[in-house]
Amino acid sequence: MAAKKANAFDPEQNLREIEDKFEMLQILNEDGEIINKEMDPGLSDEQLTELMTRMVWTRILDQRSISLNRQGRLGFYAPTAGQEASQLASQFALESEDFILPGYRDVPQIIFHGLPLEQAFLWSRGHFQGSDVPDGVNIFLPQIIIGAQYIQAAGVALGKQKRGEKSVVITYTGDGGTSQGDFYEGINFAGAFNSPAIFIIQNNQYAISTPRSLQTKAKTLAQKGISAGIPSVLVDGMDPLAVYAVTKQARERALNGGGPTLIETMCYRYGPHTMAGDDPTRYRTSETDSEWEKRDPLIRFRKYLEGKGLWNEEKENEVIDRAKEEIKAAIKKADAAPKQKVSDFLNIMYRGDMPQNVKEQLDIYTKKESK
Amino acid sequence: MAQMTMIQAITDALRTELKNDENVLVFGEDVGVNGGVFRATEGLQKEFGEDRVFDTPLAESGIGGLAVGLALQGFRPVPEIQFFGFVYEVMDSISGQLARMSFRSAGHFHAPVTIRSPFGGGVATPEMHADSLEGLMAQQPGLKVVIPSGPYDAKGLLISAIRDEDPVIYLEHMKLYRSFREEVPEEEYTIPLGKANVKKEGTDLSIFAYGAMVRESLKAAEELEKEGHSVEVVDLRTVQPLDIDTIISSVEKTNRAIVVQEAQRQAGIAANVVAEITERAILSLEAPVLRVTAPDTIYPYAQGENAWLPGAKDIVETAKKVLEF
Repeated sequence: MAAKKANAFDPEQNLREIEDKFEMLQILNEDGEIINKEMDPGLSDEQLTELMTRMVWTRILDQRSISLNRQGRLGFYAPTAGQEASQLASQFALESEDFILPGYRDVPQIIFHGLPLEQAFLWSRGHFQGSDVPDGVNIFLPQIIIGAQYIQAAGVALGKQKRGEKSVVITYTGDGGTSQGDFYEGINFAGAFNSPAIFIIQNNQYAISTPRSLQTKAKTLAQKGISAGIPSVLVDGMDPLAVYAVTKQARERALNGGGPTLIETMCYRYGPHTMAGDDPTRYRTSETDSEWEKRDPLIRFRKYLEGKGLWNEEKENEVIDRAKEEIKAAIKKADAAPKQKVSDFLNIMYRGDMPQNVKEQLDIYTKKESK
Repeated sequence: MAQMTMIQAITDALRTELKNDENVLVFGEDVGVNGGVFRATEGLQKEFGEDRVFDTPLAESGIGGLAVGLALQGFRPVPEIQFFGFVYEVMDSISGQLARMSFRSAGHFHAPVTIRSPFGGGVATPEMHADSLEGLMAQQPGLKVVIPSGPYDAKGLLISAIRDEDPVIYLEHMKLYRSFREEVPEEEYTIPLGKANVKKEGTDLSIFAYGAMVRESLKAAEELEKEGHSVEVVDLRTVQPLDIDTIISSVEKTNRAIVVQEAQRQAGIAANVVAEITERAILSLEAPVLRVTAPDTIYPYAQGENAWLPGAKDIVETAKKVLEF
């Protein structure tokens, strides 16, 4: 084989150079030490404590949700443990007027954005009142179709731009979601319109059972943003400070007319994909599990806060007890929801004039139900 | 009053609603400077600005997602899907998302979105442009499906569709775009969705049709009248929901009916109309209700389409079977 000319154009080298630029940003290491002072978002003691409180609260919510599901007291549930930093620190960087389009695992974010817990439980159980978002709470419902929330986020962001609102849109998908056409269409539309959107890929390493390595030849998922011409970041998704910092930065860029940002958060879900029979031992080893557990967001954040004198066991127990109480109370409220009727479903089908067929069926079911 | 083609009436309706409501947004592939591949949006970007009338990147699913997101922001999006044969690319946004918006949020959100799109045969398009896919749309609860049969209806129905609080699929038959003109009032007017139009009254047979098949049915009626049959032609205008009252009272008057659609025979709107008639008016019928449709093949390539498409001749033939039963 002839030797390559020194100046010959080399597409492979070109790609390597781009890929090498995507180093994972970390601020707080696994031992709870700040290793990247310039990027430290400088959260106040109060904010740090609040973020830790939310992460502990959500870990308890996850544990309780799993056991409530096993008891048949909750329905569809996608476990969140391991993803608390990725989910909650990104939401923590938002303001209440920012709009969230979640995936089905992103229920904690919308709870902290204002969805009452009992409604999250009703949603899980499959009761329509769970989805009746309270006025003024800026969220869409958890998306089931992988990737659909990305194109919708582009739409909400364009709408905000047209309205001249000083707020942004954030949406979440997983590593598997980046293989969907809608993923690319979403980031590309938002890029083309230069809209204020933040696209988060929570790379928890598995799309149900399919490993990240089978989704794409790309070295990182973050680099996919380059194809749409938008700023893209790879961040340690188990590091709450790093997730917060990049989200905050993306938000400010969007508000200043800098357009959308794509953020890949490297994280892990400790539990199964959902509680509907997924068994992670079929596709993951316990070695991999424990390797990731060492990077746990709660462990490192607890160490960091303890070092600052902001956290201790007593505080943590208080949060745990409060979480359990709130969950209990919310379940009680959810239990009190009325039994669903077909006439309810017919009544919420249309905002405007009820079509003839629905009107007719409503008469039939209302009569049946009043017997 | 002005003489307008259907495409002019559609542009006029869009202009009317862009003027009436600042939340109305018109967007899609090539709808801006170019005014759309059929010129349906001709001059609208110039008149209303790039903020209200704009081009999107070339991706139907993205256009659908944009409509969902803009509806969440309180806009009244009127996206164009360049040809309805491309609808498969945006099926999730339409059936999976827009149609469910009110239901899945217990009525909190809603989607006042009108998706406009050209379809229909007889104009020698390449593959995947001409298919009649209204049956697919009509099967999705949450959607209304409207198909105008001419310029006057096109304007009134489109204004109603845009003002509707729920998603409407508004399908424009390409052959009707420029094939004839009608008197179209310059002022605004609406035609209610879900109401059929008795185009011609008669006493011996009812022909139910929509879109381009309305004119074919009127031609057929003329032929049949020459032979002494009094034929009623009903333009469904909206294929979901159907105007059951008008359909049933027509059948109760004539006691005989046929249903005409350009779409293939399997499943579909005509089958639905027949089912409604037999469920509600079986004792009025003197003959089975027959259908005139295209055969159950894939829509043929351009040179074969005229042999395949149903027309006045087929309607006369089927009508006679019912009249002579």
